[in-house]
Amino acid sequence: MHFHKFEKIWLTFGIGALVLFLVILGYGAFYLGTHPQSHGLTIDPQNVEAHEAFKPENLGLTKVDEDRYIVNVVASAFNYDFGVDKEGNAVKHIEIPKGATVLFQVVTPDVIHGFNIAGTNVNMMVEPGYISSMEVEMNQPGEYTLLCNEYCGIGHHMMYTTVEVYE
Amino acid sequence: MALHNVVLPNEDSRQLLPIPKKEAKLYMSFMYVAFISLFIGGLMGLLQVLVRSGNFTLPFGIGYYQILTVHGVILALVLTTFFIIGFQFALMSKTVGMSDKQRNLSWLAFWIMTIGTIMTAITILLGKASVLYTFYAPLKAHPAFYIGLAFVIVGTWVAAFVNWRQLYLWKKKHPGEKSPLLAFMVTINMIMWFIASLGIAVAVLVQFIPWSLGYAETINVLVSRTLFWYFGHPLVYFWLLPAYMAWYAIIPKIIGGKLFSDSLARLSFVLFLFFSIPVGFHHQLTEPGIDPTWKFIQVVLTFMVIIPSLMTAFSLFATFEITGRRKGYGGLFGWFKHLPWKDVRFFAPFVGMLAFIPGGAGGIINASHQMNTLVHNTIWVTGHFHLTVATTVILTFFGITYWLIPHLTGRKLTKSVNRLGIIQTIVWGIGMLIMSGAMHIQGLLGGPRRSDYSEYGGTEQAVTWGAYQMAQAIGGTILFVGIILMVYIFIKLAFFSPKGDEEFPIAEEEENAEPTPMWMENWKLWVAITIALILFAYTIPFVDIIQNSPPGSVPFDWPIGNS
Ligand code: HEM
Ligand SMILES: [Cu+2]
Ligand SMILES: [Cu+2]
Repeated sequence: MHFHKFEKIWLTFGIGALVLFLVILGYGAFYLGTHPQSHGLTIDPQNVEAHEAFKPENLGLTKVDEDRYIVNVVASAFNYDFGVDKEGNAVKHIEIPKGATVLFQVVTPDVIHGFNIAGTNVNMMVEPGYISSMEVEMNQPGEYTLLCNEYCGIGHHMMYTTVEVYE
Repeated sequence: MALHNVVLPNEDSRQLLPIPKKEAKLYMSFMYVAFISLFIGGLMGLLQVLVRSGNFTLPFGIGYYQILTVHGVILALVLTTFFIIGFQFALMSKTVGMSDKQRNLSWLAFWIMTIGTIMTAITILLGKASVLYTFYAPLKAHPAFYIGLAFVIVGTWVAAFVNWRQLYLWKKKHPGEKSPLLAFMVTINMIMWFIASLGIAVAVLVQFIPWSLGYAETINVLVSRTLFWYFGHPLVYFWLLPAYMAWYAIIPKIIGGKLFSDSLARLSFVLFLFFSIPVGFHHQLTEPGIDPTWKFIQVVLTFMVIIPSLMTAFSLFATFEITGRRKGYGGLFGWFKHLPWKDVRFFAPFVGMLAFIPGGAGGIINASHQMNTLVHNTIWVTGHFHLTVATTVILTFFGITYWLIPHLTGRKLTKSVNRLGIIQTIVWGIGMLIMSGAMHIQGLLGGPRRSDYSEYGGTEQAVTWGAYQMAQAIGGTILFVGIILMVYIFIKLAFFSPKGDEEFPIAEEEENAEPTPMWMENWKLWVAITIALILFAYTIPFVDIIQNSPPGSVPFDWPIGNS
C-alpha cells in the first residue's frame, strides 16, 4: 500500500502530537493524581443512613480541621439534603472560606443525579449504590450554583443550592 | 499496468442503469420515515429552545422532558438509522445487486423497525416514557418503550444479514476480485453496528424488559450503563461512517475527479472498526464505580480514531487539489476556488466537513480524561454533537438526498431545487453556528444540559446563562426554517420534480492506481482483532464491576410523572 510523501509527513506530525497529548494526560492522571473521581465505594441505596457519613445529623458542612471541611450530601429527586440548621430548617446554602480543602461525599437513595458546582471541576455522577467523592481546594471566591446536571425526572431543573466561597 | 484496475463493463450493467422500481420503493420507504422524523424532531427542537428562552410555556400539559425524549429518540435513533439503512441498501444494490429474496427480507427489516418505532413513539406520546433517549436506570419507562426499541434493533440486524449475504453472493460470482469499495464500507459499518448493538440488546432484553415488567425486582445500574455506552459510542460512528462513504467514494465523482486511494480508504474503515467499540468508558469518566486506570486505557483507545480521521482529511483535500489541478486551475489555491460551490451535492457535505473541524476538536476535549470533568453534562456537550451529528452527518445526508431521491423516483434535481438547497445549507450553517456556539459558551460557564427553563433561584451564574439560552432560541429558530426548507425539498424531489434520470455518482479509481492488496478482505482477521480489542478493554473492568456490585435498584416511575 502506498502512502503519498505529504501524507506520511501529515500522519507523522499528527500521530506525534497525539502521543505527546496522551503522555501529558497520563502524567497528569498517574503522577499528579488528577484522575476523575472513581473510588468504587459501595453503599445500600435503600439504606444510606446506615453509613456513618450519611446519618441525618452528619449531613451538610462539617469543619474537621483548620481549613479542612467535609460536605456530606444525600441527593434525591429533586433535592440536595445538607441537613438542618439550628432552627431545624433545611440548609439551602453553604459557605466555605477561600483556600479551604473540601471533601464532598454524595449518595442517592433513588435515581441517578449529577453533582456539579457550576463552572468548576466539582462535577460527579451520583449513582445508586456508590459513594461519589472528590476532594478539592476552593480558591476562587464567589457565589456558585450547585446543581443537578444529570436528568433525574420532571423536577430535575429545580434541584439546586448555592455555595459561597468567601475571602 | 495492473490489469484488474481496468473497469470492465459490468455483466449486468448494474452501474449504468437506474435502480429498479421494485427496489426503489423499498429504499424510499426508509427515506419517508427518515424525513417525517426530521420534521417531528425539528419541531420538538424548536419548542425546546423556545421553552428554554423563558418566554414560552408548553400547552396542554405537555412536559419539557417528554418533548426532549421525542427529540432525542426520533432524531438520534430513528432518523439516522432509517436513513442509513436505506442509503446503504441503495449502495449495495448499485454495487453488488439485490435478489428478490433479499428484497423481501429487507422489507421485513423495514417493518420490524417501523413497528418498533411506532410502539416506542406511542409510549412517549402518552407520557409513559419521559426517560430521554438514553433511558438510564433506575428511571423506569413503560415496558412497551423498551420492547419497541428491541424491535428496532432486531430489524437492523435483519438488514445487516441481508447486506452481508449480498456481498457474499457477489464474491462467489467474482472469485479473486476485490469487493466494490462501497460494498466493503457498508459491510464494515454493519459489522461494527452488529457487534456494538449486542450490548444494548443484552441490556434491554436481559435487564430492562424483565425489570420493567416486574419479573426482576432490581437492576444493576452500573452494568446497564456500561452496556449502554459500549453501544453508545460506536453508535456515533455508525452515523459517521455513511457520511464518510459519501466523502470518500461519491464526492470525488461529483467534483469530476477520481478516488484518491482505494486501499487507504479501506484501511481507514478497518481502523474505525477496531477503535469505535472498546472506548465506551469515555462517556463514564465521572462515574464512581469504574477503576480509573481502565478509564484511562479506554481514553487512549478512543484517541486512536484520530489516525483514520487524519487519513480521511488528507484524502479529501488531496482529491480536491488533484481534481482542480487536472482541470488546469493552478496557483496555490486556484483548485480550491474552482470547486463546484454552486452544486449542492458538493456544497452541503462540504459545509458538513467544515463543521467537523471544531466538532472533532471539541470531541478531543470531551474524551480527555481530566478536561472531561469541566464539560461533562454541561450544555457544551449538546453544542458538540449538534456540530458533529446534526451538522456534519446531517448535511452530508442532505447532500446525498439531493441526488438519491430523484434517482429513486425517476426525477431530476432541477436548477431551482439546487439553488434552494444551497440556501438551505447556508441557513443550517448560520443557525447552527449561533445555537451551537451559544451552547458551547454557556457550557463552559457551567450551564447544564437536559434542563427545562430554570432561574436557579436567581443566582448570578444563572443570569448569565439566560442570554445564551436566548441566543440558542434565535439559532434554533433559524435551524427550524432550515428543516422546513429541507422537508419541502424532499417532497418536491419525491413527488413533483420533472421526470428524468438523475445520476447515482460513484467515483472510479485512477487508471494507473496501485492494486489494492488482497489481505484487505481478510474479514475473519478484522473481526477477530475487533473482538480481541473489546475483550482487552472490557473484561477486567467488567468483572470488577460485577464482583463489587452494590445491591441493585428497584424501579422508579414517579420521578418521570408516572405511578
Ligand atoms: C431545528 C433543529 C434543532 C434544534 C432547534 C435543536 C435543539 C436542541 C436543544 C435545545 C437540545 C438540548 C435540550 C436540553 O439539553 O435541554 C437538543 C438536544 C439534542 N438534539 Fe437537537 N436540535 C435540532 C436538531 C437536531 C438534529 C438534526 C439532531 C440529530 C440528528 C439532534 C439531536 C439531538 C440530541 C441527540 C439531543 C440530546 C437529547 C438529550 O440530551 O436527551 N438535534 N436539541
Ligand atoms: Cu437531576
Ligand atoms: Cu463517545
